[in-house]
Amino acid sequence: MLALDRVSKTYPNGVHALARFSAEIKQGEIVAIIGGSGCGKSTLLRAIAGLDRASSGTVTLDGEAITSPHAKIGIIFQEPRLLPWLSVADNIGFGLADLLAAERRDKVARALTRVGLADKAQAWPRELSGGQAQRVAIARALVPQPEVLLLDEPFSALDAFTRRDLQDHLLDLWADTRPTLILVTHDVDEAVVLADRVLVMRPRPGRLFDQIEINLTRPRDRNSPLFENFKRSVLTSLDRSLDRSVPDRDATQGPGQAMWW
Amino acid sequence: MISDVPVLQQSSEPAEGVAAPSRLSRYARPMLGLLLPLILALGWELVVWSGWSNGRLVPPPSRVFATIADLAGSGELLRHIAATMWRVGLGFAFGVIAGTLLGAISGYWSLARRLLDPTVQALRAIPSLAWVPLFILWLGIFETSKIVLIAVGVFFPVYLGVMGAILSVDRKIFEVGRVFRLSGPAMIRRILLPAVLPAYVVSLRVGLGLGWMFVVAAELIGASEGLGYLLLDGQQLGKPAQIMAAIVIFAILGKLTDWLIELAAMPFLRWQDAFGRTKGA
Repeated sequence: MLALDRVSKTYPNGVHALARFSAEIKQGEIVAIIGGSGCGKSTLLRAIAGLDRASSGTVTLDGEAITSPHAKIGIIFQEPRLLPWLSVADNIGFGLADLLAAERRDKVARALTRVGLADKAQAWPRELSGGQAQRVAIARALVPQPEVLLLDEPFSALDAFTRRDLQDHLLDLWADTRPTLILVTHDVDEAVVLADRVLVMRPRPGRLFDQIEINLTRPRDRNSPLFENFKRSVLTSLDRSLDRSVPDRDATQGPGQAMWW
Repeated sequence: MISDVPVLQQSSEPAEGVAAPSRLSRYARPMLGLLLPLILALGWELVVWSGWSNGRLVPPPSRVFATIADLAGSGELLRHIAATMWRVGLGFAFGVIAGTLLGAISGYWSLARRLLDPTVQALRAIPSLAWVPLFILWLGIFETSKIVLIAVGVFFPVYLGVMGAILSVDRKIFEVGRVFRLSGPAMIRRILLPAVLPAYVVSLRVGLGLGWMFVVAAELIGASEGLGYLLLDGQQLGKPAQIMAAIVIFAILGKLTDWLIELAAMPFLRWQDAFGRTKGA
């Protein structure tokens, strides 16, 4: 289980990016984090990845505090970030340097087939389209079999068709080993298609505003009325999160805080 | 099904850009560049041959090549080339070693950059030939002062190239290394070195070009052998054909050594060479 306990982040320039964010995420759960710009979504993800340290609060995975990048946590960025001097196959095997060559080749070959790029194994990253490059990035992150996979707006730079394709593909890959997925997105459609639970954040400073469980079986039909309903409730919550006159839901939850007057 | 179509279209696009140019254009294009010098040379040859000019100050190509053949036949040429190559080789080696080390330190370690870089930049602003009298006083008129002068010429572009390349490595790529928990040495070997290599090769080539420039300066100042000596000797004895012969050999050696660097780097830069080719086309 991944536990976030009152995670806060203030940058050296004084920007208060994240304030007391708490959540518990079960193993194998898919969580989407959504919110307006500047709500600290990426800050939160970087703290979970161990790339940045929280100013206060803790991130723990199965009881182990995360303060630096961890073997069980993988991340996929908005850009593929492939290493241009490595072939597609070597990019996918980048995190497997400790393995024997034969074992690595085997895993890479399987991953390549799994993301449908077996014919591109020896291609250079610059020869790939945007969607293909992001598939390689997904394969690179999944091949060491992380328990938690973080995705920072992974499909936002792609066109609508490719994005849908990759969303379905991601779910398909997820089903293999069922890692925990934490997906930062600004796309309501994407959040409802993928997630078991949508966390809505509100900006300045970034904090948790609302949670919406998506009780839909997979595969999800993007055109069903139920799907539309969930989308609408996420949208409504998102709208309210940007409205300053609406109080934080959290503010009325904590004991004592509810009685602040 | 529909969603597959754009992906396929996108994937076929870059592949076309990478496709090798046809065989004819691949050989014909460099030939095109040879056309103008060949016409000029032949034209001048004709002018002298037909008696319109005696070609005393501007010898025709045939006379230049005859001079080269003469020098080669007597073994003189090899001695001069060896002397020059030796100086360039040593000066280049020292300049590259110093430039790489200091450039890497300045690029990697910002405290060192703040301490070191202003001084280096100030020294760089001095025209390198201004060092010559000092080097001669300090190191004598023989090999040492020449090699040091060449090393100074090579040092600056290599230093700047290495430092700049390290500073401009994409932070996002470094982060990939961090996510996979690379150790310091592994980060240097697997991320930094490959990322820096293209710019490093360019700086080596620029450095080598300066090395050739400075060997001429060094040999013009005082030498009893070397291609620069051939230049000076040709001037003092009024032998323009010898001067031009030395120039031609400089051109050939310069191009050849540059090409050797390119060739040595090629296996490591294959990932970007097609990009360079399409950009150059």
